[in-house]
Amino acid sequence: MVKSHLILNNVKKYYPIMGGVIRHVKNYVRAVDGVTLEIKRGECLGLVGESGCGKTTLSKTILRLENATDGTIFYLPDNAGNEGKSLEMEKYDILKYRGAKLKNLRKKIQIVFQDPSASLNPRMLVKNIIGEAFDIHRIASGKEKIDRIIELLRSVGLGKDHLMRYPHEFSGGQRQRIAIARALSTNPEFIILDEPTSALDVSVQAQILNLLKDLQQKYNLTYLFITHHLLVVEYISDRIAVMYLGKIVELTKTETLFKRALHPYTIALLSAIPVPDPEKKRRRIVLKGDVPNSVNPPKGCRFHPRCWLADDVCREVEPELSEVEPGHYVACHRVDEVMKQFY
Amino acid sequence: MFHPEHESVDVETAPALTKRKGRWLLYWRRMNRQIPSMIGTFIFLFFFLMALIGPLVSPYDYRAQNIKERLQPPSLRHLCGTDQYGRDIFSRIIVGSRNIFFLGGSGTLIAVLIGATLGLLSGYYGGFSDEILTRLFDVLLSIPPMLLALVLLVTIGPSKLGLIMVVALLYLPIEARVMRSMVLSLKTREFVEAAKIRGEKNLYIWFKEILPNTMGPMLVEVSMRFSYSVFLVASLGFLGLGVQPPSPDWGLQINEARGWFSIAPWMLIFPAIAISLLIIATNLMTDGLRQTFYSTGGIE
Repeated sequence: MVKSHLILNNVKKYYPIMGGVIRHVKNYVRAVDGVTLEIKRGECLGLVGESGCGKTTLSKTILRLENATDGTIFYLPDNAGNEGKSLEMEKYDILKYRGAKLKNLRKKIQIVFQDPSASLNPRMLVKNIIGEAFDIHRIASGKEKIDRIIELLRSVGLGKDHLMRYPHEFSGGQRQRIAIARALSTNPEFIILDEPTSALDVSVQAQILNLLKDLQQKYNLTYLFITHHLLVVEYISDRIAVMYLGKIVELTKTETLFKRALHPYTIALLSAIPVPDPEKKRRRIVLKGDVPNSVNPPKGCRFHPRCWLADDVCREVEPELSEVEPGHYVACHRVDEVMKQFY
Repeated sequence: MFHPEHESVDVETAPALTKRKGRWLLYWRRMNRQIPSMIGTFIFLFFFLMALIGPLVSPYDYRAQNIKERLQPPSLRHLCGTDQYGRDIFSRIIVGSRNIFFLGGSGTLIAVLIGATLGLLSGYYGGFSDEILTRLFDVLLSIPPMLLALVLLVTIGPSKLGLIMVVALLYLPIEARVMRSMVLSLKTREFVEAAKIRGEKNLYIWFKEILPNTMGPMLVEVSMRFSYSVFLVASLGFLGLGVQPPSPDWGLQINEARGWFSIAPWMLIFPAIAISLLIIATNLMTDGLRQTFYSTGGIE
């Protein structure tokens, strides 16, 4: 059985909007509004959604860069539950970690950012960018540290001769490799990839994706792959979660999502992917309107103002994410209608 | 597929940890290409040297009065002429540069050190204390600097220490603002977030991740602020609130020379030239520094 690695339970992150003369909280931006998600050890979970739907905020919450407003995040170590006793989940709630425990957790969860030119300190040599983690976590020092850095550089396809260079001396793809090496430097188990290929050329994107796939196998990593590019997640992910306005609307295996998407939003997203076949007839669904403001999300289903299937229930009642088919979770009242229309 | 060979050159044979030609050498080369600012830099360094070893090389004692040679025009014996007591003006300018550099320089340094620290802290932590501090600086900046300087100096009485404090207090808010704005933009940069995710302490993030990226703009700021300080110290000296006689001070010299302008204009002209020259030189140097550090656009 595949073990769980990270369990998110109704995670919320609200940002207060201050206003008025005496600076009081007027309202909240509901960036992440109740995300429940389970990521299995060793899998790659793709998280897709439009800009501003809360993908990055969710990743920052997992990384403890932002403190969640509500909810729990359990990070289960490899040996969790092996003791034979029942799992004391409370112990693994990373949102309650402080001090040494938090520092230890930081070794386990790492991130690769979108723009490698912003994520590497321009004033530091590659040697120091990658080696910093060795110092803070006392992993290695001196000669051993240099050897480890070279080893990391090799594993991302760079080499010894890149040690004493500054980030601006590299191409975009190489910089992203450095960022990946930095993420690997703490021996993490879980890596969040926040659109790691979006800032790169298409040709380099493929290289980086392959590198990430290789590294996942080599180091037995769990990935949370955040992107807005469906074809990229199709290539790398085992399962895909679709996010809309701070909520997960559909979650299933990658093949299933592309063959049998059940949420109208996912169907609309998929219909926007260009198909390199002029003969093929396809139904293009163009959504009307914009993404609603996450300060005042629509009542009922958040997608209803843009949904062509919405009825009165959708306008009033917020749908829960429920298992419609085995392993296929959808948050929609009108799944039956979708099935009738599309499959 | 992924082929590491393509991007990595000669992995095995390349010299690994050879010492890099520093970033500063690159900056020096960039600076070197700009002739006016190099001239400015040399004049500045010349004045600085003069301030350091001035009394050793000045042809006469700056206090030595010689009534027989009073009000002499510039000649080979007295390069800038003599004043109403027969004191050698050239010597007094040389020795006076010491005061200007000491007062303007230490005032600037204190302003930068305290201002940058406050700016860093308030920008990094934000929140209520940031709000208070920013408003306080706004208030300080809204008062005309000369007026504030006069009021303060009249209250505490003119002294070297007082002068330094006034310079520091006047320029501290500006430095804090500059630093704060840089920190605000840097602290959200992803390499700072990466450091936090790694579990780095705040001190490390300040000194290793943030501050090195502010060095260029800060150096420009210091250099510019110094020229302002020189002007301020000279002006206060002219108004009699700076260095007190008989110590030589350029501003004070100009003030004393006013009454003699019709018969001995050199008494006024040479200290004025010294002030202008130092300020222009410093500004040219600032220009060069700005070109050097900003040529890659913003905070590199």
